[in-house]
Amino acid sequence: MKELLNLFLTFARIGALTFGGGYAMLPILQRELVDQRKWVTEEELMDYFAIGQTTPGVIAVNTATFIGQKRKGTLGGAIATLGVVFPSIVIISIVAMFINNFADSVILQNAFAGIRVSVYVLILNAVLKLWKSAIVDKIGIIIFIAIFSLSIFTNLSPILFIVGAGLAGFIAKRQQGVVS
Amino acid sequence: MIYLRLFYEFLQTGLFAVGGGLATLPFLYDISDRTGWFSYGQLADMIAISESTPGAIGVNMATYSGNMVAGIPGGIIATLGLITPSIVIIVIVAHFLNKFKTNEGVQGVFYGLRPASTALIAAAGFSVVLIDLVDFDLFRQTGSFIQLMNWRALFLAIVLYILANHIRATKQLHPVIFIAFAALVGIIFNFGLN
Repeated sequence: MKELLNLFLTFARIGALTFGGGYAMLPILQRELVDQRKWVTEEELMDYFAIGQTTPGVIAVNTATFIGQKRKGTLGGAIATLGVVFPSIVIISIVAMFINNFADSVILQNAFAGIRVSVYVLILNAVLKLWKSAIVDKIGIIIFIAIFSLSIFTNLSPILFIVGAGLAGFIAKRQQGVVS
Repeated sequence: MIYLRLFYEFLQTGLFAVGGGLATLPFLYDISDRTGWFSYGQLADMIAISESTPGAIGVNMATYSGNMVAGIPGGIIATLGLITPSIVIIVIVAHFLNKFKTNEGVQGVFYGLRPASTALIAAAGFSVVLIDLVDFDLFRQTGSFIQLMNWRALFLAIVLYILANHIRATKQLHPVIFIAFAALVGIIFNFGLN
């Protein structure tokens, strides 16, 4: 019980200290879990993080589940995950309330019109960064162009694209394996 | 039952969004298309708030969108929906960790998934930029090419891009600083009025 509470509090602390995406969480995880608490080794943490990136879901949540599960089994995984999302729920609920009350404010509207522009630039940067690691050959470029255009010109669900691309990757790798 | 629907929608998002927080973005646009719970403009605001508050972006966006639909319980339920697939999948994967890493079939699937996930995020960004920065209605009314684009916003975007990628002194700055800077520019130059 004490151990579970400790898991929850540790991951709540990590959630509250993370600004931005899962990638921003890595240095905090290293400090809190490897250096201070010695719950996992550096190598284990990198493995969890890599798998967290390639399995469905938010990276921060996946990594928390992994480490919690290693400490205290399935229940530990669930508790660590609840811990890492707890600060988000509290902070965002407060922020949302505040913004709804000031939705008519001209200053707020102007601020958000400016902020939206910065968000577009941040998304563009994220895509460029992903491009370097995700698209390694011609097949990658074909998949990118196909899904990008389908997603813009049709109303099909993204689920369809994800399943289709996974299947295409599986078949492509298998064929390469047969040839070589 | 709005709570059940919220849980289900975010369960799907958590199950199919591969590659981190921003990968949930195309699914949020899809939810917006199908349910009308929030507009694209509101989504852009949510991203900005999620980037500039503590917590993982994907989790913050789920809490925020749930909150907009059904208040504080909505935010909690959307978040629980988002994390449920992660817990199930990771607990399973943890049992097969070593096999999972080296399995060729699994590697093949991810070889296809990574470019797809990148394309989905790019497409989501592209459609929202089109709505916010390009004004086709005004262009049709006036026939003036100058009014087709929101030039001030485009200029700010270019400045931010250069600061974030090409100026050594500002390259390493945290995204929150760019967001704050853009907010300030928006207030000073009345960006909301267009």
